[in-house]
Amino acid sequence: MTSPGLEHILFISAALFFIGMYGFFTRRNLITMLMSIELILNSVNLNFIAFNKYVWPDKMDGLFFTLFIIAIAAAEAAVAIAIIINLYRSHHSVDVESAQDLKY
Amino acid sequence: MNNISYIVLIPLLPLAGFVLLGLFGKKYFGKASGIIGTLLLFASASLAIYTAYHYFASNVTGQYQSVIALKYTWLQFSNGLSIDMGLYLDSISMMMIVVVTLISLMVHIYSLGYMKGEKRFCTYYAYLGLFTFSMLGLVLSSNIFQIYMFWELVGVSSYLLIGFYYDKPSAVAACKKAFIVTRFADLGFLIGILVLSYVSGTLDFNTMIQTLTQPESSTLKTAVASSFLGVSAVTWGGLLIFMGGAGKSAMFPLHIWLPDAMEGPTPVSALIHAATMVVAGVYLVARLFPIFAITTPVVLEVIGWVGVISAVIAAIIACTQTDIKRVLAYSTMSQIGFMMFALGVSKYGGEAGLGFTASMFHLFTHAMFKALLFLGAGAVIHYVHSNEMKDMGGLRKSMPITHITFLIACLAIAGFPLLSGFFSKEEILLAAYQQNAAIYWIALFTSGLTAFYMFRLYFSIFWNREHLAHSETTTHKKSEGPFVMMLPLIILAIGAAAAGYIPFGKYVSTDGKPLESHFDLSFSILPVVLGFAGIVTAWIMYKKQNPLPDKLSSSFGALYKASYHKFYIDEIYLFITKKILFNLVGRPAAWFDKHVVDGIVNFTGNSIQWMAESIKKFQSGKLQSYAALFLMTALIIATIFIYIWK
Repeated sequence: MTSPGLEHILFISAALFFIGMYGFFTRRNLITMLMSIELILNSVNLNFIAFNKYVWPDKMDGLFFTLFIIAIAAAEAAVAIAIIINLYRSHHSVDVESAQDLKY
Repeated sequence: MNNISYIVLIPLLPLAGFVLLGLFGKKYFGKASGIIGTLLLFASASLAIYTAYHYFASNVTGQYQSVIALKYTWLQFSNGLSIDMGLYLDSISMMMIVVVTLISLMVHIYSLGYMKGEKRFCTYYAYLGLFTFSMLGLVLSSNIFQIYMFWELVGVSSYLLIGFYYDKPSAVAACKKAFIVTRFADLGFLIGILVLSYVSGTLDFNTMIQTLTQPESSTLKTAVASSFLGVSAVTWGGLLIFMGGAGKSAMFPLHIWLPDAMEGPTPVSALIHAATMVVAGVYLVARLFPIFAITTPVVLEVIGWVGVISAVIAAIIACTQTDIKRVLAYSTMSQIGFMMFALGVSKYGGEAGLGFTASMFHLFTHAMFKALLFLGAGAVIHYVHSNEMKDMGGLRKSMPITHITFLIACLAIAGFPLLSGFFSKEEILLAAYQQNAAIYWIALFTSGLTAFYMFRLYFSIFWNREHLAHSETTTHKKSEGPFVMMLPLIILAIGAAAAGYIPFGKYVSTDGKPLESHFDLSFSILPVVLGFAGIVTAWIMYKKQNPLPDKLSSSFGALYKASYHKFYIDEIYLFITKKILFNLVGRPAAWFDKHVVDGIVNFTGNSIQWMAESIKKFQSGKLQSYAALFLMTALIIATIFIYIWK
């Protein structure tokens, strides 16, 4: 059994990225949009790991980057969910269409 | 004269009065503010007289030196060119501080009665203090820029006092007119200062006179050589400075503000528009007299002719006016014309400097009798409550003190022998006779007219129309005024009668050396006879009510009408400003402002608004469209950096 090459992993990563992008632009539910952002972040993580493993196997930079991104994504998710909860309290909905108060 | 720095107190005491009364008068002093102002001025006047006495008494060398009592460099531009604040003592400034403080003191005392019960009583005294301070600062200036500053201060206080009754539209118009006309003249003065200080390299009076009067000095040679429109720079400087002086001294054709300035309270007219401020122009010419006389005789010629023309025009106008204060205003203008042309016919040094001495002498005596005339007119106005001659008549019984003092002043101004005006006027006429015959004859005619119009005024107030006075005295007995109003009249009457006996030539002359004024009896016959003729004519025409004046005025026709309308000079000014200046300069400038300047501003605003209008749609509030924009922009920037910029 041959192990997967770099291009396979990059393919999966690109697929994840565009799925996330699609979800972010088409879904109206804020929770779903948050999940799509997580997908995008994880595609980036996958890229880092893959390049680290296949291009510079003797270095650890990509790995550390990934760890940092996971930590930041967790914090960001916490903030985002707090915002979503507050939005729900004031608008009784988590639909982005209902949150259009800040405009010209 | 060792410690003379106390002289600074003379101008500072009235200033203290101004600050004190202006800031705290209304709240704390009320009616006492008049007393406070008067006491401060009394102290200042005593100091001034003491100083002058010391200055004139301490003359041991036989020639009066100018002394700089105090000098403080205020702005130093370069070596030699600096604006100093100083006190300059010489014979004319000593004479002026005595005149200013004395007349001001009289006016302060008089106003205690005249302005009593006035709502802005303490403000009035504050303004009087400000004026006295500025006038004293002006005469004591040691630097031409200092004199300019005080010159403007005097203008401001005059403006404030003319417009004292600010709820009267005519007073408001008059104060604006006075300020604008004198300001216009001061523009010439300022340019003149700049020109003279440029060619002489200094602003200091002493140094400037020294540099500009030595024909050998190279500075003067270049200054005379450099010319503009065929006239040398020094001459231009002198002419422009005289323009400032002419504006302040109400010389033709810049005199139009003076008659209107009579809208102010009468004591103010006595102080500012008769005795002190209006002679500032004469004083300025006298101050720079060596430059005029030695370097620029052309300017002196101009001064002489402007003076004599003003004198005769004002005298003719004064014959037809019916407002008593206006008559006095034109008479003032005429007398200042006398002082001006006396300077104009004078030369520097020795016997030929008679005109200078005569001019200063006349300034001194004129201050006395003209202040007296104004204060007397004030008493009459106070009594009758009108400025018009037709409301007056037969007042000699009900106002005996005013009558006697007014008569003395009229005789003095008419040049009645042995009263003060006689001596000074004879001296002026003698000086004119020696130097310039044409000016002499015009002046002689004018002095006859002076006697006529003064006695027209006198007879109209105190004799003519007796029935007016009788009807009033039967209904209610009025007093002619409180003691504080009569006291200045009496003091000034003594001054007007006796001031002529001061041997003026001994004290004031062009070069500081005493000048023996020889008095020629046969020379004075002609002016005195003319003066008598004027008085007698007035006596015939105005002592009793008769149809003679009306007949005469209709027979003179056009001349009478022109004189009554002040030779239409106001109308000419109006025509020039309204029709020519407004239409040819004002309107195009307004168009340019409205369409070009405003256009640029509006275009900037409009275009920014249009831009904002067109991009504000991006702020839609839709989260996902923001994200899409962000993504697209990121892609575009990435493309630029990757493929184009490199």
